[in-house]
Amino acid sequence: MLQRLPHLLGIEDLNREQITFILDQAKPFQEFQRYPLKKLATLRGKTVAIAFFEPSTRTRISFATAAARLGADTMAFQAESSSLKKGESLVDTVRTLEAMRPDGMVMRHSSSGAPEFVASRLDIPVLNAGDGTHEHPTQGLLDALTIRDRKGKLDGWNVTILGDILHSRVARSNIHLLSKFGARITLCGPAMWVPRELENLAPNLRRSLHVEEALDGADVVMVLRVQTERLHEPALAPEEYIQGYQLTAERLRLAREDAIVLHPGPMNRGLEIESAVADGEQSAVLEQVTNGLAIRMALLYHLVGAAAVDAPHPAKERTNASD
Amino acid sequence: MRVVEKRQLLSAEQINRSLQRLSHEIVEKSAGANEIGLIGIRRRGVYLAERLAGHIRAFSQAEVPVGILDITLYRDDLSTIGPQPVVQSTEIDFPVDGRDLVIIDDVLYTGRTIRAAMNGLFDLGRPKRVRLCVLIDRGHRELPIEATFIGRSVETSDTEIVEVRLSEVDGEERVVLVDRVD
Repeated sequence: MLQRLPHLLGIEDLNREQITFILDQAKPFQEFQRYPLKKLATLRGKTVAIAFFEPSTRTRISFATAAARLGADTMAFQAESSSLKKGESLVDTVRTLEAMRPDGMVMRHSSSGAPEFVASRLDIPVLNAGDGTHEHPTQGLLDALTIRDRKGKLDGWNVTILGDILHSRVARSNIHLLSKFGARITLCGPAMWVPRELENLAPNLRRSLHVEEALDGADVVMVLRVQTERLHEPALAPEEYIQGYQLTAERLRLAREDAIVLHPGPMNRGLEIESAVADGEQSAVLEQVTNGLAIRMALLYHLVGAAAVDAPHPAKERTNASD
Repeated sequence: MRVVEKRQLLSAEQINRSLQRLSHEIVEKSAGANEIGLIGIRRRGVYLAERLAGHIRAFSQAEVPVGILDITLYRDDLSTIGPQPVVQSTEIDFPVDGRDLVIIDDVLYTGRTIRAAMNGLFDLGRPKRVRLCVLIDRGHRELPIEATFIGRSVETSDTEIVEVRLSEVDGEERVVLVDRVD
């Protein structure tokens, strides 16, 4: 049973039991996505502030849809069109949002630690939708759910993460999560994006600069998006990246036959991943998206749905004390 | 919360006879066994529904489908009880549209569980008809909800609880009336 989790800031502080609970709770919400009427009244009357201080389409829409399907209202806040441009500080922006009394906040920010900073100052649950290069916990959870569903279990897989690990909060969340489940993780990419220090992130973690070696025997291949703006620091021509690290169908054959391919999206087809692989049978990319919705609904249900610990409880509902 | 047993309401044999009778009633009062669907409310309603389907199969050879309904997301008391209850899966593998459904639960009390169950069912489609079958009706309705098929009606007071214990999950087979003590 999940001890009342006040916030979801990162995977690093969750234990196996809590992670397993979240994945298990996502299951009914996975089925829910197939209902003809996708509207619950569970969070009716609750408001979730969706505060994105960094651009995002998929994650933002996923959280907003999750909230709406639970019956909650949302307050959408996007940095581009906000008073941040007029120089308002993070604390003031968040205090202003808080003064409108949301029941929970989903936050994405370009600074690592910003959601934790905000959580320590607010009375409402804060869910981290990605902070700097620190963590993207809901992505880690939906990736884990996808692996568990496709492969039948989550423990003990050989996982290869391919791409710009250094700047990836997705990679970090996945490393924290999968290492708690006994994964043997291989980080692979150009040297400048896979520095030696990353090996200290978790036990059973190794580094490889050669994609063939990294893919050999992999059960799960996670491909990270090449942030094209970073190809200039230092210079790495796209052709060089493709030649050295693109996940092609041929290279994928080096992995186990039943290996699956994950990508957090959006994909640069023809850059980090070959189209044939992105659309192939081993690709679980679309399931990741559906699972993201289920994970976020499960988290909003538990975190935003719970009554405030010190709120007075009206006379307890008469029940027949069954299940 | 501690409970102390007051008296037994149904023995194992009486439970079995009630279920046999209810299964005959359901078929008798339906147009055709093949239009019916049984919807068991987690948890004990599910075991009762499976048993009823088994009895119906035995005397009529009809395969009546059984669906599992979890009503957690449809309850009306969620925001007043602290941490959220665990959600479980609803598994209804047959189309709800146009079906003659019978909801199965162990005890009918305030009626709020059944209200939630109907909300859940109507999110899945438009049944032709919905009726209710319960092992025990203990009165004290707070909503205009009634059961068509009832194993036994009992008069109870507010402090009492009716506990239906089934071998599938409780290790014994009886229905007892217990008192809350603290």
